[in-house]
Amino acid sequence: MNLEELEQIADTLREENRRFDHEINVCMGTGCLSQHSDRLKDELTNAVTAAGKNALVRRTGCMGLCAAGPLVLIDPQETLYQHVQARHAQSIAESLGAEPVAALQCNLREHFEEQVHVVLENSGHIDPEKIDDYIARDGYKALVKALTEMTPGEVIHEITESGLRGRGGGGYPTGLKWSTVAKAAGDAKYVICNGDEGDPGAFMDRSVLESDPQRVLEGMAIAAYAVGASKGYVYVRAEYPLAVSRLNASLREARRRGLLGTNICNTQFSFDIEIRLGAGAFVCGEETALIASIEGMRGTPRPRPPYPAVAGLWGRPTLINNVETFANIAPILRKGGKWFAALGTEKSKGTKVFALTGKIANTGLVEVPMGITLRQITESIGGGVPGGHKLKAVQTGGPSGGCIPADMLDIEVSYESLVQAGSMMGSGGMIVMDDTSCMVNVARFFVEFCMTESCGKCIPCRAGTAQMFTLLTRICNGTAAMADLDRLVDLCGTVKETSLCGLGQTAPNPVLSTLRYFKDEYIEHIVHKRCPAGVCTMQHSAAEVMA
Amino acid sequence: MATYGAMPRLPGDDKRWKIVNGTMRKNGFARHALIETLHTVQSSFGYLDDEAIRFVALSLHVPLSQAYGAATFYHYFSLKPPGKHTMTICSGTACYIKGTDRLIADAEKRLGIAQGQTTGDGNISLMTARCVGACGRAPVMLADGELTGQVTSEQLIEQLERWSVE
Repeated sequence: MNLEELEQIADTLREENRRFDHEINVCMGTGCLSQHSDRLKDELTNAVTAAGKNALVRRTGCMGLCAAGPLVLIDPQETLYQHVQARHAQSIAESLGAEPVAALQCNLREHFEEQVHVVLENSGHIDPEKIDDYIARDGYKALVKALTEMTPGEVIHEITESGLRGRGGGGYPTGLKWSTVAKAAGDAKYVICNGDEGDPGAFMDRSVLESDPQRVLEGMAIAAYAVGASKGYVYVRAEYPLAVSRLNASLREARRRGLLGTNICNTQFSFDIEIRLGAGAFVCGEETALIASIEGMRGTPRPRPPYPAVAGLWGRPTLINNVETFANIAPILRKGGKWFAALGTEKSKGTKVFALTGKIANTGLVEVPMGITLRQITESIGGGVPGGHKLKAVQTGGPSGGCIPADMLDIEVSYESLVQAGSMMGSGGMIVMDDTSCMVNVARFFVEFCMTESCGKCIPCRAGTAQMFTLLTRICNGTAAMADLDRLVDLCGTVKETSLCGLGQTAPNPVLSTLRYFKDEYIEHIVHKRCPAGVCTMQHSAAEVMA
Repeated sequence: MATYGAMPRLPGDDKRWKIVNGTMRKNGFARHALIETLHTVQSSFGYLDDEAIRFVALSLHVPLSQAYGAATFYHYFSLKPPGKHTMTICSGTACYIKGTDRLIADAEKRLGIAQGQTTGDGNISLMTARCVGACGRAPVMLADGELTGQVTSEQLIEQLERWSVE
């Protein structure tokens, strides 16, 4: 394979597609599939034939706006239809080449206008299981360019220049990580893609893997070339069966096209990828626990250093990046590190994909430039809180993050500013809460999560989260005293400072951030035995009932 | 007593053991294939029993403690046979914010069992999941693996009743 051959594949497909007057893209991501968009696609295919139209009906990945699914996008007109049912197929087919079906049109202009799609540039436009669709949209150009025109050092330089930071949450500079692995001595090295998206309320990685899996494989192959690895693993949750089957199909296609395997592009570079299924353990998102899991053991973390970059999988130098990080690699090499660095803020470059959910009108997947404000995301893109309720807080970073109150919505989205606000970027879960959510109960929810997901290896996390949960339960059911609040704060400090891995070190964050901004709610529960949001059920002592 | 070295015999004539063996063979009977193999056992048999864990451990030359450790550490693996039908209610953050605890309570009341249990007649298992990644459609239920979004208590109870009268 060389650039000319790649271009030829792209041209052949583009030529084929030009034979059609229209392209009907049907979203078949998990959200729309749950509303039977697969049957809808069949109906549309039949309706197009019946109406005598010359149109291509294509299965695509996620179009982002899950709230309005099933979604159908008509190209080249770019007409987006929402809530499409099988019974609408005929009218859609008949409208091709004429006026669009007004009743089905989605007119959320603002939702899309403020987004910038880099990672999601192909989502909703290509068939995720057809590698040629990806190639026709410049797919694998970056890999072929890297292998035939660049040294590994030049690849790393480009990534460093882009300013890309790890999208799994930590924000470690990607270029620096790559160069550490590249410099590490070893006869074998590994590249691992962390797709163990355990953060409840987040589905960015699932969506990328379902919608544009080749992009992730290409990013991994480029990384392998840069650091000198010949074997890769994608660690993906078993709870994501569609992502797993699309990954499997994509691996077969990439091998068939000679873009994975031995002597790729007739160079000395050989690289192949295997899938490893996670088995439902949140802690496996931590890199040393993930490595233990690939090795077939219980997913418990170990102290670092040594970092996986030096001694990782089977003791060998290992590069671990998140799905979204790998998804950014190909565009950076195609368009240059400088192009990427021009997006975003001084220290947080590029874009970030968020799973926008909770009490918000336009739930779904969004990709925004770093530096955008939370207000723009929730109001313009998200369409505000429905049902006449008021936004109370935005939760980012999942069980490791915190709740940012409504009066701070004007802060910008960057690694630094979110940490300053007591939360963190995290992997991209963004959950909007309104006045019907109790912040103490939310904190209890996350602590319960961390308690059950604690691997049990270190005591601060195993016992500390359990004690935190007990205290929060007492506060929620109205049996706590003010002294319990001091105990809780004290315990948060201990768990944060002394836990072995990120799970324990960040488990207190949801408690600390709600205490920082919503302390009055805690006090209301403790002193007045009352839940302002009306969520918690209070237990009254016999004496109180008698009175 | 179990001896390591010789390959254990397949536990029975059931064809599914050959599928399990196939996963191990594909991985060269390497120790690190333990979790992959347990996945195959669960997808073939629906759960992991002692016989299966013992067979896999012996085949991969992994101590029984390590195999049992992995089987119990990971939430995805179940050591009990599932009911004929499984209702899984997502309890991820987005679903929680949209009132999933109400759904769970209603299902528990209707079936007379707690989450994680199976009805006495072995008909329905009630499970909760830590986020199935369909947060855009929260709250979400999986009826025998089929996902329904923006689900109401009425829809949930209706589904449970359909299974009950089968």
